[in-house]
Amino acid sequence: MTAAPALELWGVRKEFGGQVAVDGVDLEVPEGSFFALLGPSGCGKTTTLRMVAGLEQPTAGAVSIGGRDVTGTPAHRRPVNTVFQSYALFPHLSVLQNVEFGLRRQRVPDARARALAGLQTVRLAHLADRRPAQLSGGQQQRIALARAIVNNPSVLLLDEPLGALDLALRRAMQLELKRIQAEAGLTFVHVTHDQEEAMTMADTVAVMNAGRIEQLGPPAELYELPRTPFVATFLGRSNLVAGTVVEGSGGVLGVEVAGARLQVPADRSAVSDGPVLLGVRPEKVRLSAQGEPPPSGSNVLGPGTVTDVSFTGVSTAYQVDLGALGVHEVFAQNTTGAPTSRPGDTVHLAWDVDFTFGLVPDAAAAS
Amino acid sequence: MSLTMALVSPAQGADGGASEEVAARRRGRTGVGLLLPGAIYLVAFFAVPVLALLATSLYAPVPGGDVGQYLPALRWENYAAALGKFWPELLRSFWFALLATVAALVVGYPVAYVIAVRARGHRLLQGVLLVLVVAPFFTSFILRTIAWKQVLADDAFVVASLRWLHVLPDDGRLTATAFAVVAGLAYNFLPFMILPVYASLERLDVRMIEAGGDLYAGPFTTFRTVTLPLSMPGVVSGTLLTFIPAAGDYVSASLLGNPTTTTMIGQVIDSRFFRVLDYPTAAALSVVLMVVIALLVTAYVRRTGTEDLL
Ligand SMILES: Nc1ncnc2c1ncn2[C@@H]1O[C@H](COP(=O)(O)OP(=O)(O)OP(=O)(O)O)[C@@H](O)[C@H]1O
Ligand SMILES: [Mg+2]
Repeated sequence: MTAAPALELWGVRKEFGGQVAVDGVDLEVPEGSFFALLGPSGCGKTTTLRMVAGLEQPTAGAVSIGGRDVTGTPAHRRPVNTVFQSYALFPHLSVLQNVEFGLRRQRVPDARARALAGLQTVRLAHLADRRPAQLSGGQQQRIALARAIVNNPSVLLLDEPLGALDLALRRAMQLELKRIQAEAGLTFVHVTHDQEEAMTMADTVAVMNAGRIEQLGPPAELYELPRTPFVATFLGRSNLVAGTVVEGSGGVLGVEVAGARLQVPADRSAVSDGPVLLGVRPEKVRLSAQGEPPPSGSNVLGPGTVTDVSFTGVSTAYQVDLGALGVHEVFAQNTTGAPTSRPGDTVHLAWDVDFTFGLVPDAAAAS
Repeated sequence: MSLTMALVSPAQGADGGASEEVAARRRGRTGVGLLLPGAIYLVAFFAVPVLALLATSLYAPVPGGDVGQYLPALRWENYAAALGKFWPELLRSFWFALLATVAALVVGYPVAYVIAVRARGHRLLQGVLLVLVVAPFFTSFILRTIAWKQVLADDAFVVASLRWLHVLPDDGRLTATAFAVVAGLAYNFLPFMILPVYASLERLDVRMIEAGGDLYAGPFTTFRTVTLPLSMPGVVSGTLLTFIPAAGDYVSASLLGNPTTTTMIGQVIDSRFFRVLDYPTAAALSVVLMVVIALLVTAYVRRTGTEDLL
């Protein structure tokens, strides 16, 4: 725990001909952790990873690996390996030679044996003599992984390695990656735009948007307490309403929303006065029929009209039209055997004040 | 042959539907029809001349006849006589062709690399550079070789600068030397080296080079273990396209060489045919040249593991 972080970025910035791809990223990835970099397409994830690998030179800022500044170090002298978005296996070499490649360059004495052990880790030792072109996409993906991990890098960079796989294989590979990470005790930095993948796999998730890290933390923390409208909507779903803070006492803020009075714990709000965006996750919200008194300590919005009910078995998703406050979502666990409301019903939305979060309103939240 | 079979075979798999068989046969006939023009051309302009050449190489002089009068025969001694007399020129041809090929590769590979990899994404620059590579083809081969003669002449700046740098002794010269012949060959066939190498480097995925760097290979090691092997098909075709015509070339040697120490087999064949009218020897030397090149090429392609090219 006292050791230097496996990877640190300080104010790393990258411009391509005046266009900013990465806009001042600060990161700290602890040794042995599974770190996910999550963000929409084009937000600068690959560029960030390439600057760590040494394949791209930052316009400003510094990169340090295991406590050593490597900002000016060329790729081949950095103790990191990459699993490329496109695998980039060498087509002229056999599977075994591919896996051996890095070990040979480092003049590791028992390169062959270690490469075979690496192939065993990804359970493809029987394909050692094949060419990459003779493998399926999933197999190529695992060879690319083996080729990287056999070198025991200080940081393993994975650039959407599961992007090209079908859903079932994706899930299987996610578990496999976690197993390998745990067994090898390596530090993984995993880039993805799939929020579910990031949350199931990583210890720490950094949510990236337009070249910046918006929020960083354990998945549950990010989910329960998003700090920006982008995180609230990109990582899972959120119901958001705009309001104004009108009072603050006893650690709870009172917020006026379209005539109604809602509350949010002061430590769950990024704003302590003025305009605020209040949010709650759809599965935290209950529907209460008209006249039914809401439990105390709840925020209540409504009345509204149920516009859609989709029953998925495990749960039911309701769309509720609150008029000026927009359409909101409610996920209800299927504990009673059938949906309790039908389209056209008039309902109120109620949820525990403690599940409410407050965000700084921004232009993007208007939608 | 294999094409027709491939076209016919689907019908054989079906359980004898008559109309299918007819259709397949028609498709077979179309295939043969399409091959016909090429086949006729090859027979007329390749097979027949080669057979004629083989026959000529075995002719015997008409007893008591004039110079240049020969009779069909099976005089195998022609080969022994030709080789016995001209083996130095034959060896020299392959040696010069080898040197010229190596020189063209050393000069041409970096050019192809710059155009295909470094200039990637700059389409205009790539286009301009490629036009420059093929630009020499707009003038005749012989004119360009004569120009080289001027460039390498005793009173031209190349020799003067080399003398000044003491690379050449004060009375040293380049015209009429083996160096001039090899340089001329390398120059003339350079585009044949650059274009195929360019074509295979153009397909090279730069992510392969990045992957090499990521896996601890420095720039040189990445070149040796990744870039070069991946461009081998281009290197092999480029070297073949340079070596084969260079071995049989006689323009460079006659314009840039001297009559004693730079004579190549092409010149010998030329003078045997057109000046001495010794057709059997000329034909025998041509056959030997063809056979040796065929053997060398086969061995080379086997070695480099690029059989797909043939
Ligand atoms: N070599 C380059 N030249 C110019 N612009 C680039 C270059 N590489 C990336 N960019 C730009 O930088 C931005 C970030 O790109 P990047 O590849 O890092 O996105 P990403 O988050 O990995 O996206 P994806 O999820 O689609 O892979 C994009 O707007 C992209 O167009
Ligand atoms: Mg990317």
